[in-house]
Amino acid sequence: MRISKAHAIRCVAVNVFKESVRDRVPYNLVIFAVLLIASSYLIGQLTAGQDVKIIKDLGLAATAVFGLFIAIFIGIGLVSKEVERRSIYSILSKPISRPQFVLGKYAGLVLTLAVNVAVMTIAMYLVLTYLTYTESVEFRSAWDAPGVDPRMLKAIVLIFVQLMIVTAIALFFSTFSTPLLSAALTFGVFIVGHFNADLKNFDKITESRAAVWLARGVYHLVPDFSAFDVKTEVVHGLPVANGYLVITTAYGLAYIAALLIAAIVIFSRRDFK
Amino acid sequence: MMIGRNLLLAVGLACLCLGAAIGLQVVRDTRYPRDQAELALMYVRSPEALRRIALSFDALAADVYWIRALQHYGGDRLSKTKPHKYELLYPLLDLTTSLDRYFTIAYRFGAIFLSEAYPGGAGRPDLAISLLQKGISAQPTKWQYYHDIAFVNYWQLHDMASAAKWFRAAAAQPGAPNWLEPVAVSMLVQGGDRKSARFLLQEILKSEEAWLRRMATRGLMQIDALDAIDGLQRIVNENRPPAGQPYSWQWLIRSGKLPGLPTDRYAPFEIDPATGTVSVSPKSELFPLPGKR
Repeated sequence: MRISKAHAIRCVAVNVFKESVRDRVPYNLVIFAVLLIASSYLIGQLTAGQDVKIIKDLGLAATAVFGLFIAIFIGIGLVSKEVERRSIYSILSKPISRPQFVLGKYAGLVLTLAVNVAVMTIAMYLVLTYLTYTESVEFRSAWDAPGVDPRMLKAIVLIFVQLMIVTAIALFFSTFSTPLLSAALTFGVFIVGHFNADLKNFDKITESRAAVWLARGVYHLVPDFSAFDVKTEVVHGLPVANGYLVITTAYGLAYIAALLIAAIVIFSRRDFK
Repeated sequence: MMIGRNLLLAVGLACLCLGAAIGLQVVRDTRYPRDQAELALMYVRSPEALRRIALSFDALAADVYWIRALQHYGGDRLSKTKPHKYELLYPLLDLTTSLDRYFTIAYRFGAIFLSEAYPGGAGRPDLAISLLQKGISAQPTKWQYYHDIAFVNYWQLHDMASAAKWFRAAAAQPGAPNWLEPVAVSMLVQGGDRKSARFLLQEILKSEEAWLRRMATRGLMQIDALDAIDGLQRIVNENRPPAGQPYSWQWLIRSGKLPGLPTDRYAPFEIDPATGTVSVSPKSELFPLPGKR
């Protein structure tokens, strides 16, 4: 029986999504909603009128953190778990190629993340809508940005693209490493990715040309995660150019493509005998 | 059925244990009360280090430090026993505004906490100005920061020339209200008087921010108290007690110069028995007054 490439990828992706639901991943959405609703009340008592700002900060940070944990802890097991369980043999004996398998696994986890991010976004907007309409017009006019501000979606888009990169990194490591090592490596890349802008300016602290070029090379090689952080700007209603959003998203997608190709190449060459 | 009964028993036992733990905790807290003093400690004081530790969650970390700054200020202000108050206030505000450079309220509210005379605030107008200048470097067109520096110069430092300079700078920013320029002129022409202060505070009273309105209300009450002190001082000077007797309100009341004990909204005014100098009571919410002008 022949099935189309897209259908094969979709089958794997849907299975990953169903598995994540079976693994009770959506529970984090309930925690997120409770966290936001409870904190919106508590924060109002503590912050001298800054509750909306803090709910936005908390909502965006929680979306990023919950997504990061899902991306890393599910991503690292995507391939290695199948290999450990030996279920890879039965999967690859079906009309699914190895690249389709890798792409399907990736698409499934991205789908899980998309659902998570979408639900968290809706929950955050609901809390913000409630806070906005329970405050007086005079009070609201003192806010840097409206409570229900569509510009926050820009930050959410970049958080989602960042999570897609983290998923691709976790999947990449998962194709040749153990889950524990993959988690450590992915988390390490995530942290280094926040600091790699420093490598760009390495020439200011050393005169060695070789060191400068090496640092510049690492700067381009490691994903630049700090570029995906526009949370502060959107919370304060500061402009984030559409061009910046497009270029950063395109950068992320290009990086993901490179990682997936590398993951496919490694996985295709693996011998499971 | 047995399973259901066992489950019930287990849940009951767990509740009993938890109840016992809570009871013991209450007994321990009553018999051996622990020191409630806040641990005046900041593990990380370097904004740069903290920004790195926070990864991309620096805005959230700023919120945490902002809440801590509020708790620190409120706790120290209410404390009657703490010897050195507000020691961590500036470092906390500095961290908050370094983690989130656009945290307007932290600059403005923080400047009020820092500039207000001790013990109502930290009594450090210099740090208040430096915090606001940091805000200006983050958002150079935010007229509120210039206005607040002018206000600190005027209200706490009584430096009318600097206040006028900063009011003028505030007026030059886009979106600034048109009353700033006349205030700047008034500072220069009159050297700052209570009329200008009252006008300024009444403008602040129109603010959307509840805390600014509270601060302006208190400022207006302080001006009323200053006016009252001037009036009382005049009465005292014109009605000196017989030789050998101390200055007192009782003497003035008995001689019909005052209808009763003069008070601000919170406590009676004080009179120095030796010199007759009238002042606001340290017990009053208005103490200390920003200085006679």
